[in-house]
Amino acid sequence: MDLFEFEARDLFEQHGVPVLAGATATTAEQARAAAEIVGANSGGVTVVKAQVKTGGRGKAGGVKVAKNAAEAHAYAEQILGMDIKGHTVKTVMIAQGARIAQEYYFALLLDRANRSYLAMCSKEGGMDIETLAHEHPEKLAKVAVDPNVGIDEAAAQEIVAAAGFEPEIGAQIVPVLMSLWKVYRDEDATLVEVNPLVLSEDGQIIALDGKVSLDGNAGFRHPDHEKFVDHSKTDPLEVLAIERDLNYVKLDGDVGIIGNGAGLVMSTLDVVAYAGEEFSHADGSHPKPANFLDIGGGANAEVMANGLDVIFEDKQVKAVLVNVFGGITACDAVADGIVQAYEILKSHGKAPKPLVVRLDGNNAEEGRRILDEAALPLLERVDTMDGAARRVAELAAHVN
Amino acid sequence: MAIFLDENSKVIVQGMTGSEGMKHTTRMLASGTQIVGGVNPRKAGTSVDFPGEEQIPVFGTVAEAMAATGANVSVIFVPAAFTKAAVIEAIDAGIPLAVVITEGVAVKDSAEFYNYARERGTTRLIGPNCPGLISPGKANAGIIPADISGPGRIGLVSKSGTLTYQMMFELRDFGFSTAVGIGGDPIIGTTHIDALEAFQNDPDTDAIVMIGEIGGDAEERAAAYIAEHVTKPVVGYVAGFTAPEGKTMGHAGAIVSGSSGTAAAKKEALEAAGVRVGKTPSEAAALMRVVMEGLAT
Repeated sequence: MDLFEFEARDLFEQHGVPVLAGATATTAEQARAAAEIVGANSGGVTVVKAQVKTGGRGKAGGVKVAKNAAEAHAYAEQILGMDIKGHTVKTVMIAQGARIAQEYYFALLLDRANRSYLAMCSKEGGMDIETLAHEHPEKLAKVAVDPNVGIDEAAAQEIVAAAGFEPEIGAQIVPVLMSLWKVYRDEDATLVEVNPLVLSEDGQIIALDGKVSLDGNAGFRHPDHEKFVDHSKTDPLEVLAIERDLNYVKLDGDVGIIGNGAGLVMSTLDVVAYAGEEFSHADGSHPKPANFLDIGGGANAEVMANGLDVIFEDKQVKAVLVNVFGGITACDAVADGIVQAYEILKSHGKAPKPLVVRLDGNNAEEGRRILDEAALPLLERVDTMDGAARRVAELAAHVN
Repeated sequence: MAIFLDENSKVIVQGMTGSEGMKHTTRMLASGTQIVGGVNPRKAGTSVDFPGEEQIPVFGTVAEAMAATGANVSVIFVPAAFTKAAVIEAIDAGIPLAVVITEGVAVKDSAEFYNYARERGTTRLIGPNCPGLISPGKANAGIIPADISGPGRIGLVSKSGTLTYQMMFELRDFGFSTAVGIGGDPIIGTTHIDALEAFQNDPDTDAIVMIGEIGGDAEERAAAYIAEHVTKPVVGYVAGFTAPEGKTMGHAGAIVSGSSGTAAAKKEALEAAGVRVGKTPSEAAALMRVVMEGLAT
């Protein structure tokens, strides 16, 4: 779960990371009021920053320095509602202005390869870090952080030394890194990035812009993280799926997909996309997956019904593929689920869409018999994954 | 032989008395696995009846269970919030193999218990969020259905449970030495490379199927390992070619970030290492079929 900059800023502040005053605004009027307060200690100067979860805000005109509250109002008016790489700006942060002497970079993240954490630090901050890592890898220090030790004083000293800071500045950065470690550990983060970490003209180290990702699996320890769940940007079908506790991702194609197990569903998306290349819609486009939906191991009738319901709600969907390999899940239970799903849909007055079902593995024979006996409208059974994918692509291509 | 798990494996189940633990202990027993105990501090000293008149004793700790039974494998089914404590207990007891089935484990917990195990050096971890492993006809530690395929000479390592089942099903006429589900979390105890190394050294494995998916660079690193160290034929499959950037596809680790972690890059790396990569699971199975038929002649 990625946080907005202002949320990261607040977490930083909570854990003792030095940040500047900041407040959020969703209207220009609020921005003016915020600027009057926030700018009090910086001669009225504030920075109006678009709050979007994507990079390149500055280039897109989403970050502006305002000399006074009236300017903050004007900039907020410009920035609110702006589209930055497909993200609509709904909130701006009004941050206290800073006189920057130097810009640095720091990040702490999960190191999958070494199954550990990795601190990255550079004296060259402010720019895109992927560019720096690519063009000047020698300027980006990388230091492994032991998850069971973290960034204690010794580790922080090692990091600043590796980045080549002068001892005086390094000594000032050490406690900041130790506080950033607390953010990482105490909040169950998978990424804490500060870019830039600045040295101000009056000699303070400040986290000027932050990026934090939190681990969704750690929610049980953090009931307060619920407030970070961002419903505004999510697709309405994804919202519906979340309400029903389904593991669903909306894609932009026209073939609905349901399967059991993340790997098998990903694989099904691929196989349908390949099969789709053989067929074309009237406009020349090809059938493609409309979603990812994993009904998991214990796929009962209700889960299947909920899943089919969400997929039938998707107006882009022209045909649906159910691809189940019964491992733990018994295929007869899946077949019962499909039959019941049809009954539930019928009771809601919803018309079914063409549905191709592939059942294999545990109790497949019985599952197939149940479906054949039920003779559900628009439902076809195909016994192989590749064959089922081809058939559903063909059906999707022929539905208008 | 087989890898990690064989007919001499004595298995205990942490969380045996819970509903998942009961269900899968029953299945593991039915497939002939030597289940020698369960662990639950609140039910220590009792025993649980399973079908076939099996009575499995419940111990208070992993250490007690090991002392009493000589157990050398623990399968862990405890809920995610308590998984770290259970794994640390197993590591402290020095059990040689701990298989963590639980899904939804916080990545910090995995990072901490993995590094703890690495320091101790006495416990191999598999998982978390994995289906476990099976050496058909010998033992089954986890939730892989034992009736999909019998014993044979193919080794399989996979991030995905259902793709493991699918592949075992497609190649059931050849059978498997061991199939290991390593899980799709960002931090896992046993990697593709660990399993490849073990299969390469296993005299009862002739060829290896490796199943990967988007996210991270484990497949690329496995490819480099194969080029350097694996002489047995390897067939690969990677899921997620059509996955969009920035979306987590079911498994916590299955995400394409920017241009890294794509299926195309993984396929390319594997092919450069001489691995035959199928475009679909059935194509991968067909490639393995050719390999096995070639070895038989």
